[in-house]
Amino acid sequence: MVGEESRRAIEAVFRIERAGLIAGLARMVRDVDSAEELAQEALLAALADWPKSGVPEKPGAWLMTTAKRRALDRMRRDQMRERKHAELARERDDDEGAAAERIAAAIDNDIGDDLLSLIFTACHPVLSAEARAALTLRLIGGLTTEEIARAFLSAEATIAQRIVRAKRAIAKAGLAFEVPRGAERAVRLASVLEVIYLIFNEGYAATRGEDLIRTSLCAEAQRLGRILAGLMPEEPEVLSLQALMEIQASRFAARVAPDGAFVPLTAQNRARWDRLLIWDGLAALERAEALGGSDGAYALQAAIAACHARALKAEDTDWPRIAALYDRLRAVVPSPVVDLNRAVAHSMAFGPEAGLRLIDEIADAAVLRDYAPLPAAKGDLLFRAGRLGEARVAFETAAGLTRNAVEKSFLLSRARSCMC
Amino acid sequence: MRVMVFVKATEDSERGTLPAKEMFEAMGKFNEELVKAGVLVVADGLKPSSAGKRIAFDGPSRTVIDGPFAETRELVAGFWIWEVKDMDEAIAWAKRCPNPMPGPSDLEIRPVYCLEDFAEIFDSAGEPQSDG
Repeated sequence: MVGEESRRAIEAVFRIERAGLIAGLARMVRDVDSAEELAQEALLAALADWPKSGVPEKPGAWLMTTAKRRALDRMRRDQMRERKHAELARERDDDEGAAAERIAAAIDNDIGDDLLSLIFTACHPVLSAEARAALTLRLIGGLTTEEIARAFLSAEATIAQRIVRAKRAIAKAGLAFEVPRGAERAVRLASVLEVIYLIFNEGYAATRGEDLIRTSLCAEAQRLGRILAGLMPEEPEVLSLQALMEIQASRFAARVAPDGAFVPLTAQNRARWDRLLIWDGLAALERAEALGGSDGAYALQAAIAACHARALKAEDTDWPRIAALYDRLRAVVPSPVVDLNRAVAHSMAFGPEAGLRLIDEIADAAVLRDYAPLPAAKGDLLFRAGRLGEARVAFETAAGLTRNAVEKSFLLSRARSCMC
Repeated sequence: MRVMVFVKATEDSERGTLPAKEMFEAMGKFNEELVKAGVLVVADGLKPSSAGKRIAFDGPSRTVIDGPFAETRELVAGFWIWEVKDMDEAIAWAKRCPNPMPGPSDLEIRPVYCLEDFAEIFDSAGEPQSDG
């Protein structure tokens, strides 16, 4: 019987080792599902053993050796079964030799490399973005299926199914559990970064009063970002994504008013920004830029976030620089939403009419037709330009488009303020 | 959750004895592990308290006291800030730390107050909400 305290201590050690363990095992047995099972078996063995023998000096190696032994047992058992079915003993012996060698070699492998391979596999572009996110949270983040389901507001069965299918797709595609090299590397890395940022944004979009697990997605994503930055310290976009997430997360405490209303960036109490995260984010961005990565999509977004982070007062914001960064971001990631933000930045830097000219250029884009922030931004620029009649119409249009009640009442009050 | 982990001072650290090369390397390796696990936020060592100052507060008075300070074992010789899932994880990492001092010594883990802890004081300290 294991005491509660020692069980928790062992599980904490296991949690630290789990991702690396699964990664190493996945490379050996070439199957994520079996790797996960073997890791779990190793935990059970630890729970039986460590209370008597104490936690070994190198718990990771202990768990890996134990799981490896189970893997070999399993393989032999499977082969016995097969031998009975077919007379392929000789051939199987050769296979067994090769597999055993592979396992022995994998033991000596650098855990960091294995972990990176597992991240790249879980985020392989053959999987949908949702499947990649679920699998990454499960394999690297160590979240249970239930936790992932709650985080993504889905049914547990849906997520379980998604994970099973994803594992099957990986097995079917015969993925090599390797860190891709050459031209493939950039595409695959983009896929990894996309998943991490998706997880972060899911948490960022969580509203007040929602399940804590949803907001903890931001912490998960930040942790994944830091892990990746630790494993790939020379990749500017990895560092830039880390910077972007840290700087955005630094504003958590300041972005909701006492009544639950959203506080826009320029109105936030900057004393409540998390300076440690800002400092961390700025340092990561600086390294990314020193590595020649200033023009990456994440680097530009992080640089924009950094402009806000550096301004101690909203009035100190370097809007001309933000406008210039949006000009560059637009070239790297063409998107109507970027265009809209760019127009707002230009209005802050060069006056409302400058922003209005840019808004009029994009107003007809099909994707923005029902996008409330467009008329809302336009209303604000018209208001600032003193064109109150037009501003009122824009605010009313925006109020008619938004589904958020708090935002709607805010927009209607702005529309009314245009009438006096 | 965020925790601050203190390396408590000893007679050695208060004398300003720099750690041996092996100890320095072992600590470097440990820090590297923390980085790769996405746990490490900040790590620093502190000079002995002889280089420090204390400001004593009493009503309107402010008195500056020069180091060194007594109660060696209560002083701090270094610290980390870690982002971990819970205290159990923090303890598991702390146990992995190589001996921080040549003789017996302590690490102390202290959770940092977070948003939820202040919910009663600032009603505004609620959960983050989307700002698009």
